[in-house]
Amino acid sequence: MATETHTDPPPKASAAPVMAPRAGDRARELVSKWGLWAILLALPVVYAIKDLAAGKGLAPIAQNLLAGLSNGSIWALIALGYTLVYGIIELINFANGEVFMIGSFTSAALIGTLGLTLTTGPLGLVFGLLVILVIAMVASGSLNVMIEKVGYRPLRNAPKLAPLITAVGFSFILQNVGLLWLGGSPASVPDLIHAQQDVFTVFGVTVQRADVLAIGITVPLVIGATLFIARSRLGKAMRATAQDPDAARLMGINVDTTISLTFALGGMLAGAAGLIYALYETTIWYFQGFQAGLIAFTAAVMGGIGNLRGAVLGGIIIGCIQQISDNRIGPDWTPAVVFAFLVLIMVFRPQGLLGEETREAG
Amino acid sequence: MTTTTAPASKPARPAGGRGSLLPPWFGRFAAVALAVLAILLPFTHPSSTFLGDCIIAGAYVVMALGLNVVVGFAGLLDLGYVAFYAIGAFTVGWFSSSFYANANIHILVSGQAAKLPGIHVNFLLVLVIAALLCAIAGVLIGLPTLRLRGDYIAIVTLAFGEIIHVFAINGDAIKVFGAGYPLTNGRQGISPVDQIKLPFIAQFNQLELKPWYWLVLGLAFLVLFIVIRLRDSRLGRAWVAIREDEVAAASMGVPLVKTKLFAYAAGAAIGGMSGAFLAAYFNTVNADQFAFSFSIFVLAMVILGGMGSVWGVVLGAITLTFINYWLIPDVLNGVPGKLHLNFQLSDLGFGIFGFLLVFVMLMRPEGLLPERRHQLELHEDVEVEDVLWEEEHR
Repeated sequence: MATETHTDPPPKASAAPVMAPRAGDRARELVSKWGLWAILLALPVVYAIKDLAAGKGLAPIAQNLLAGLSNGSIWALIALGYTLVYGIIELINFANGEVFMIGSFTSAALIGTLGLTLTTGPLGLVFGLLVILVIAMVASGSLNVMIEKVGYRPLRNAPKLAPLITAVGFSFILQNVGLLWLGGSPASVPDLIHAQQDVFTVFGVTVQRADVLAIGITVPLVIGATLFIARSRLGKAMRATAQDPDAARLMGINVDTTISLTFALGGMLAGAAGLIYALYETTIWYFQGFQAGLIAFTAAVMGGIGNLRGAVLGGIIIGCIQQISDNRIGPDWTPAVVFAFLVLIMVFRPQGLLGEETREAG
Repeated sequence: MTTTTAPASKPARPAGGRGSLLPPWFGRFAAVALAVLAILLPFTHPSSTFLGDCIIAGAYVVMALGLNVVVGFAGLLDLGYVAFYAIGAFTVGWFSSSFYANANIHILVSGQAAKLPGIHVNFLLVLVIAALLCAIAGVLIGLPTLRLRGDYIAIVTLAFGEIIHVFAINGDAIKVFGAGYPLTNGRQGISPVDQIKLPFIAQFNQLELKPWYWLVLGLAFLVLFIVIRLRDSRLGRAWVAIREDEVAAASMGVPLVKTKLFAYAAGAAIGGMSGAFLAAYFNTVNADQFAFSFSIFVLAMVILGGMGSVWGVVLGAITLTFINYWLIPDVLNGVPGKLHLNFQLSDLGFGIFGFLLVFVMLMRPEGLLPERRHQLELHEDVEVEDVLWEEEHR
């Protein structure tokens, strides 16, 4: 009896403290789930209200978002490279941004080689650009595979920071290659597609040729890459290796080849982004890869690293943030704004918007 | 086995150890001899370019020792170390120049600086302020990384480094304390800053480099002493424990948050002191000095020397400084031209450092003078007893 009465109260007493953290946990969960969305929406909403108050309507902010969409699709392509590689070997392939830069440089060189000029007819232009796209993708893909073979494969069983450091090293080497290739100042690329020319205008939002090009190349590539990973045999091998390399090896999957393939795919997407960037911005320089790499990495983390849809979503969101910041806060501050978002994501939701699909998280 | 090797037989070094050719007192003797040589160096080599390189090397030794606390001891890869260089340098810009000409504050200064308008604080005080500010910044940057895993830490610190770089470039538009007080002077730089004036010593100037050399040497010795004492302390062991296995360390009672933040704070404070010295020595605080490549430059010193190894990092810093400031621009710069190539070797500066990072990581991941415990992790032929013996007798 005595023991019964003695044991009864404690659960009751502890019930309240247990409940309280639960409510706190729920609040924290809520903040972690929606807090990031709130932060992301803050920028466009604030400026939209400001525009409305100034009587300018919603067209300016919509224009920003459209530019963000097309600009962000370039980041999305690069972010896919980060997310694929991180998903499979849990390494931030720091050199991915530089692979993208080399893709741009290759494209610019090929434009000269193939003799594409402002006077080339539309048919020749489309054909020429397709050839350049393929070559740039192959070049960037093979470069990425080579980096993996030389820099990361020997270190696969080393402490995790070792391959990250070689990745930084490769990033610097490639930047230097770019510096020697085209010099230290931005080089211009012929404006083959007349990027600034308007195509049509809807509700005061002008769609330019550059937007059409960026979205028109990105969408098929992303669909192709997703289908490849989801449907093909090699894609299945990639997913299996990402989940558990040892088990995949036991099941007869050639893990080394699969990892090489992942790097090839990531590099090819970065190469395609390189061509789009060259035509879109019409200037290229050796430092573009470093900036783009960080932005795209932010995008990949924002979406949830290892998650393909997340990388695309993150790329587009970062593109929008960047455009709004460029237009409203000033381009000088854009890097700081983007990095501030990176830090905020890391603090509030390191698993990203859509949740990450990696071994450690799962 | 363990009972037979009684404590009495300690000094007998286990046979087959790598460094067993040298007697046990050799290390200390070599350190003292090198220190004496370093102090006497300006008398034998008064040439100003060489001495100038030595001064920069000294400042980089301090910088690399600080980064080594974070990366080498605690295993937190910090890619934004340049932030502390920037904050340390700006401390000099803010508190020891005529940049804020509207203010008229003089604290413990004499000589020319006492007559100029602006805020002028004695350099030793500035050094302390720089260390404190950087320690605070280090904790602030460290806080968001506490929950993150290794490679994410690298990216967050990189992001902070870049944010501070952007603030340094655009800071001329930020006026927190009113119109006459911008945060920075952007790309133009805050220049000139006060030349150092220490008690009982004449004013430093750019023509006479010896005082600068001895000052930085003193700073390096001080930091070296602090870092070695830290390494062998309870805190140092906690850092190594976290580096090797965070979960195991936590379950043995190592307070993760406090220990990691101490590492960030200590590393940052040391970097800040070096940054303050470099700002005074270069006589300018310019936003372009604080680029990402500087972080990698210092990281390359730590990695080349051997992560976690104090003497290795000193060697790495001196080696890379002389490669960067002497070997590449002065000695080998014309070599590609002689081979009829259309570039100069100094164009390859950071490519060479990138190559060094890759090369060292692939060929000798433990660095030039490895820390034994780290070597144990990377090579199978190093004996555990060998390492333990060395840790007891250093």
